[in-house]
Amino acid sequence: MTPDKIPFPNFSFDPCSSFYQFLSAQRPELLPMARWGALPAQHGSTQLPLSNQLPPWPHGTTVLAFTYQNGVLIAGDRRATEGYQIAANRMDKVFQTDEFSAMAIAGAAGPCVEMAKLFRIELEHYEKLDGKPLTCEGKATRLGYMVKANFPMVLQGLVVIPLFVGYDQKREVGRLFKYDITGGRYEDTEFHAVGSGGKDARLTLKEHFRKQLPEDKAVRIAIRALYNAAEEDVGTGGPDLLRKIFPLVKLVDGHGVRDVEDTQLATICQELLSEERES
Amino acid sequence: MAMPFYVSPEQMMQDRAEYAKKGIAKGRSIIAMEYDQGVLFVADNPSTSLFKISEIYDNIAFSGAGRYSEFENLRKAGIQHADMKGMMYSREDVTARSLANGYSQILGTLFSQEMKPYEVELLLAQVGETPEGNELYRITFDGSIIDERNFTAIGGRSETILTFLRKETSETRPSLNTALQLCQQAFEKGADPKSSLEGLEVALLDRTRSGRKFRRVATSEASALLS
Repeated sequence: MTPDKIPFPNFSFDPCSSFYQFLSAQRPELLPMARWGALPAQHGSTQLPLSNQLPPWPHGTTVLAFTYQNGVLIAGDRRATEGYQIAANRMDKVFQTDEFSAMAIAGAAGPCVEMAKLFRIELEHYEKLDGKPLTCEGKATRLGYMVKANFPMVLQGLVVIPLFVGYDQKREVGRLFKYDITGGRYEDTEFHAVGSGGKDARLTLKEHFRKQLPEDKAVRIAIRALYNAAEEDVGTGGPDLLRKIFPLVKLVDGHGVRDVEDTQLATICQELLSEERES
Repeated sequence: MAMPFYVSPEQMMQDRAEYAKKGIAKGRSIIAMEYDQGVLFVADNPSTSLFKISEIYDNIAFSGAGRYSEFENLRKAGIQHADMKGMMYSREDVTARSLANGYSQILGTLFSQEMKPYEVELLLAQVGETPEGNELYRITFDGSIIDERNFTAIGGRSETILTFLRKETSETRPSLNTALQLCQQAFEKGADPKSSLEGLEVALLDRTRSGRKFRRVATSEASALLS
């Protein structure tokens, strides 16, 4: 018997309060992943153009996240590059997604921003339809599905790799999730960094990360890791004191998500640079 | 061949309207009232988990009276429409007016074309950046939209509630405490003399909040507001 002939009522028509599912069914052309279908097939074949045949598109990035005393911290640099050019130096790669969660993304800028936007709507949509927000785990799983759906674009080089952090109100801890390009979701209890400078940031974090770091130390380490990544990687921008461009740092704890103020970031960056000068 | 009975359109519409009104009359009532910093919603609803008032978008709230399955469907459709529109354009482009229009279209079509009309009445409110920017819409089972000012009510005992409120309210927008007090009195006098605060569902569209303006008010907070 085919599923549509099941003789008892079923919920299969319900998109499970997911805006992403709703959009996939109703208006698939609005999905960020719809882009690949719109590309013309080459020479009559169904083969999609490969990444090296495409013109350069804005790229990033170093974004990192780690747990600290009150919850979890997430931060990112502000640079986007397009080939050998700098496309933007005030880009936001860290997004608040709801009251108790945030995400940061590395990869092709356009799809990244679109995915963050869609994910924010996804969480809000669920909360409105179901009457209460998704659990931290549920949010992380949803994001995994969206990364998985993005896989056809990965084959063309339009990679989107997110980091997701949230405060789990039930367990009262900050949690951190990383993803691979296929949508695989892995929880990390300590730290992680992704993007072209991710490895450099991870090295710094490996050295300085301790469990239960106090907030001020945590922010300092995040800036240090991003600074070191910017030193090593062309795709990552360092703090720009002249134009007052600083990395974006968000703290997620039991009270919600908040940005670290620019004035505080400026002081930390100043101190860091003078330390460098002295050494 | 069997001849279908002829029923005049007037008769048919009248029957349907009567049917829908009967269904709605059984439902409990909901009041929406503008106060100085936003819009207050109060529903006669003893359940603490099945809500009658809900958030649709940043500054838009919805409530429905009548048959639960029907207004729940309409609520979901509204959220889907609002989220899709907000994604396609910008968050500011989602308005209560266009949603009210959509609801009116749906209900109007259902009323004239389906065997059974929806037995629902809807209340849609948008809080503006200034008190003058507030919008209140009441949409009835046949798709008529009524653009309301200051306060409105839907559901079974809405007429008695409205009569009470018309007598008691002044032209100026009351404070939140006064508004809540008025609504509670309206339920006591107009609908259910045994009505207690525990049996009321209270929610706000609060202009002073940033981002999403919708907020539920717990019973403890509501009683603190009233004391």
